[in-house]
This record gives sequence, structure tokens and C-alpha cells, in this order.
Amino acid sequence: MTRRWLGWLYAGPALLVLAIFFVVPVLAALLLSVTDYDLYAIASIHNLRFVGLRNYADLLSNPLFWQALWNTVYFVVVGVPLSLAASLGGAVLVHSKVARFKGFFRTAYFAPSITTVVAVAVIWRYLLHTRYGLINYLLSMLHIAPIDWLGDPHWSMPAIILFAVWKNFGYNLVILLAALGTIPADLYEAAELDGAGAFAQFRHITLPGIRGTLGFVGLLTMAGYFQLFAEPYVMTQGGPAQSTLSVLYLLYDEGFKWWNLGRASAVAFVLFLLMYATALLQHRWTREHRP
Amino acid sequence: MKRFLALAPLLVLLSACRGEHQDIELRFWAMGRESEILEQLMPAFEREHPGVHVRVEQLPWTAAHAKLLTAVAGDSTPDLCQLGNTWVAELADLGALKALDGDLSRSDAVPATDYFPGIWRTNQIGTRQYGVPWYVDTRLLFYRKDILAAAGYASVPTDWAGFKVMLAKIRAQSHGERYGILLPLNEYEPILALALQSETPVLKEQGTRGNFSNPDFVAAFSYYISLFDDALAPPVTNSQISNVWNEFARGYFAFYITGPWNIGEFRRRLPPALAGHWGTAPLPGPHGPDASIAGGASLAVFKRTQHPAEAWALVEYLSRPAVQERFYALTGDLPARRSVWETGSVKDDPMTAAFREQLERVRPAPAVAEWEEIMTELRLMAEHVVRHELTPAEGAAELDRRADRMLAKRRELVHAGRLP
Repeated sequence: MTRRWLGWLYAGPALLVLAIFFVVPVLAALLLSVTDYDLYAIASIHNLRFVGLRNYADLLSNPLFWQALWNTVYFVVVGVPLSLAASLGGAVLVHSKVARFKGFFRTAYFAPSITTVVAVAVIWRYLLHTRYGLINYLLSMLHIAPIDWLGDPHWSMPAIILFAVWKNFGYNLVILLAALGTIPADLYEAAELDGAGAFAQFRHITLPGIRGTLGFVGLLTMAGYFQLFAEPYVMTQGGPAQSTLSVLYLLYDEGFKWWNLGRASAVAFVLFLLMYATALLQHRWTREHRP
Repeated sequence: MKRFLALAPLLVLLSACRGEHQDIELRFWAMGRESEILEQLMPAFEREHPGVHVRVEQLPWTAAHAKLLTAVAGDSTPDLCQLGNTWVAELADLGALKALDGDLSRSDAVPATDYFPGIWRTNQIGTRQYGVPWYVDTRLLFYRKDILAAAGYASVPTDWAGFKVMLAKIRAQSHGERYGILLPLNEYEPILALALQSETPVLKEQGTRGNFSNPDFVAAFSYYISLFDDALAPPVTNSQISNVWNEFARGYFAFYITGPWNIGEFRRRLPPALAGHWGTAPLPGPHGPDASIAGGASLAVFKRTQHPAEAWALVEYLSRPAVQERFYALTGDLPARRSVWETGSVKDDPMTAAFREQLERVRPAPAVAEWEEIMTELRLMAEHVVRHELTPAEGAAELDRRADRMLAKRRELVHAGRLP
């Protein structure tokens, strides 16, 4: 009996903090999302009305929301695998026995993820500049006509993905590198004796060895990428023609630019449900494919 | 405890001092560069009003709007504030501002007739006056005189059709290297300026419904779009341009619609060789010179102030012609009072003459809290139309639908008589 209470006592402070800073705000936001809390409600609380699920209905019938959702899914579906592939590729290269200057490369690859988005976005804007940018200059050597990266609605999202992958791959690389280090070297030696090539070793030893870490890294990356905001905010302001407007950007506009806090809360909950569902799917998938 | 007792006489002394002088502290919120300059103007005011101390609190422009709304929601508004005059309506609707009609009728330091009429009206919400214009701005043309001369023009045409013919000439002479005019796709102001050149407002029924489908707006919108269709304006945003002054100096475009703050920026940032080769001109209108946007900032007093008399005294002080003159010298912000334009150094600057002319013809935008949001939709819609996803008329109809949706709550409150 006392043991049980002791457990609660130990967990108590953490639970209290969680309740105050997580459960209460989330419940408040849920309440807010069924009201029309806006500028006029700030003026006088009598202008606040209960609207039921109208914010959600409005949101689902708003073409802008569907565009934002499509943009976000595009970013996640293309960006997450690319980002993971880049991290894994980089990690395998740095981990490789023949690699030299490992410390330097580990630091160099990690550097982008500790720089501020705003600062590097300025540099990337110059790299991507239609007329003076380095990227178009390199493309012109391959006789490819200049691409209006940030001005053409078809190219803006690829440009943002490129930027985000470059910005984030180093972080996962370091985690995957640690996981690679835990795979016993004798497995590789045994495989080599059995005549397994580099690719077979990667498929049958490396991948299963880091499966857990890879799933974890994938989940975190996905959760982060669903919350796409800073990159379009500093690079394109959601443009051109709203092609880089994300769900979180829509939430920011509704809530903090126009003060439609009711509608913004509804956006937040839809985004939460979406991420939760995707995380469940991914979790199930990782479990089913366990060796 | 002992230490506290030792302090007691000092505390008594301090409270006695306070009681004697009745010191008043005015909290004054100001933004951007103006807030830095204001410090220099305050000592003279404090000398004239012993016992009144002004605390100027600086807000960055980017955070000012959110900060103001938070202050209103949390009942922590200052005594008075510098307000971009498109924000006056919003704060008046929130019931945060004090109507100044009483102060204005008792005072002869702020004569309405000395102000540009269009600018003065931006502070009128319903029948009441909620602010006094402090400095003014409007949008007009900055252009390259040398490029204009090379195209065979001595002055800027004043009507839409003639203006477009001139842009086409500039474009044709450059073999496609140069555009006539820069209209950044991330700015709604050029479209709004053209739209304000008509008597028909873009909102109807007391600002509760969109009226973008009216023929005048569609004509202005179509004219704006046609400049892109004819390749006279590049379909780019400001962030793609990277550096407007560089591109202007390079001659990537000959005209740019912008405001008075760029007079100083152009002088500072353009290469010396270009001095004397650029100028300013009023906006062309449908049939000759016409309106532009009534912009600038006003001084507003908050309803919750404990010191309305002192706050008004500060408004009067900052509206004084001599102070306005000094403020212009310090900031380059154009004075709101016409009498200052008659005498002061602002008259001697050749670049401000076009502004003087344009300011007589400015028109305020509709005064509703949702205005910025509606203008954002206008900007986005313009981008879709420039990319040929919709025709201008379809775009205008869609704008009406979106404006009606945004104004739904306002409509209900107006019908229920709950808004001023």
C-alpha cells in the first residue's frame, strides 16, 4: 500500500508540471476550438459564442486548408525519406573503415543543424537566386536553363525540401552513427568470410542492426517535418501562390496574425490528429517488419 | 528588522516627496525609428509641464500589432500610442481608444483644416475622431529620369493609358533586358492605390460585405494585371529581388511604387553617379492625376488612461508646427500639417514636391478591423490572376466571397448594434 503511494509521490512533481504546462493548455485549446474567440471577443467577452464544430467544418471546407495540407504532406512524403537517406548515407560513409578525418566530417555534417534557420536561409536565398545564384550557375554548366527556385510555384517546394534536408540531415547522422557503432564488428568479419559483398552486408547486418534507431529517428523526423514552419516563413513567406504554405503556417496566420484563436485551435487539433495517425501507422509498420 | 527600522525615515521622506509634487508618468508606446528619435523631443515637453515625466517605450514594428492586442486583452494599455493609421479602426472597434472630439473642440492647437483631408479622415471611425495624424505617407512613383529621357519623355504621363504606352516604349528600347515598373507580388499597396482612384468603395453596407466586383475595381485590377501580361512588370516578390536599390541602379526596372521613407534610402544607397537621375512623381490615374493611399501614423490616447489631460497635452505638443518641423529634420517623416509644408525645410527638398501634390488627393482605406486580412487575400488573389489561374473578374468575385466570410462576425455585431 505504502509502496503505491510512494510511487505517486515520486512521480508527483513531474505529473504536476505536465498537468499545468501540457494537459491544462491542451484542454483550454480544445475548448477554444469550439468557440469563435477572435478580436471582438478580446474587446468584450460577451462577443464570444459557442459554435460547436463550426470551426472544424469551416476548416474542412476551406480550399486553403487543403492546399496547406497537400503542401505539408508533399514535404513530409518527399522530405522524410530523403532526409533519412542522406543521414544514413552520410553515417555509413563516416563510419566506414576507409574513411579519414572522421572527427572533421562528423562536425562538418552536424554544423548545419546547429546554425539558426534565419541566418542560413539568407545564404540559401542567394544560392537559389534566379540570376546570380550559385545553384543556377552550376546548372548552366550542364546547359540547364535557369530555374526560378523561389518564384515558380512548381520549384518552391523542392527548394524548401532541399534546404530542410541540408539543414537537418546532420542531426540524424550523429544518432545513426552511434547506432552503427553498436553493431559488433565480428558480424561483418563472419559475413566477409561467407563471401557477402558490401551491399549484402549493408542489407543483412547494418539495416537490421540499426532498425530500432532508424524507426525512432524516422518518427522524430516525421513529427518535425509535419510542423514545417520556419523554412517557408523565412524563405518564401508561404508563397509563391501559397505553394509553400504549411498547416502550421496556416495556424500561425489565423492565430497570431488575425487573432482568430478559435479557428487556429481547430487547425492545431487537426494537425495533432494527423500526426498521431501517421505515427501509429509508422509504429505498426516498424513492428510488423521486425526480423 | 533593525535594518528596516533604519530605512524607515528614508521611506517617509520619499513618500512625502511624492505627495508634494504629484509626479505623473505618461507611458507612450512608439515604434521603429520614431521611438528612438522621440527621446530627443521629450525634455522640452517635460520642462513645460513640471511634474510630468514621459516614458517612451519602444516597440519593433513587426511585434507592435500583437503587443497592442495583448495589451488590450490584458488591460495593460499605455496612456498614448503611435498608431499606423490603418490600425486605428481595429483598436477603436476593440473599444480601446478614447474619442478625442471633446479635446479637439476645446483646443485650437490642432486645427483640422491644417491637415490633409484624406489623412485626417483615416482617424474617423463612425462619427468620432480617435486620433490625430502625426506624420503622413502615401505611395507614388520613384523613377529613373535618364531612362525616361532616353525613351523620349520629359515628364511622367498622368493617365493610365499614356503611362502604359511609356512603359512599353522603355521595355522595347531595352531589347527585353529591362522592365518598366516593379510591382512586387508580395505587396498589395500598388493595387489598393489604383483601386482607391475610384469613388466606389471596395466594401459596402457599413464595411460588412465585399464590393470588389464593382466595375471600377475590376477595371483597376485588370489594368494592374495587364502590366504583367504585357511583360512591363516582372512577376517577382521582393525577396526574389534581394536588393531593390541595386536593381534600380542597374536599371532592371525604371519605375517603383513606394513611400517617402525611400527618399532617404535612395539617397543613401544609390551610387553617387545616379544622383540627379532619379525623381518622384504622383501616381497616374484612370483619366489624369488621381488618388493614392492615405498612410502614415497617428497619435491616439487610450481609454483607460489615468491622465487624459496630460496625454492630450503631449498630443498638442507633438502637433505643434515647430515640433513637427524638428521631427521632420530628425526622421525625414513627412509632416502632417500643411502649414509646416509652407514654411519648413520640407518645402526645399525637390523629392517631396510630388508627395505634397499627392497628399492633397489621398483617400483612406475602409476602416474595419479585418482590413489587413482582406488585403492579404487581395495580394494572394492578384498573384493567382497574374499566373492566369483566374480572370480579373473571377478573382474579384472570389475576393467578395472571401471578404464576406471574414466579415461574417462583424456583420452580426453591426446588425445587433454592438459596434461603434
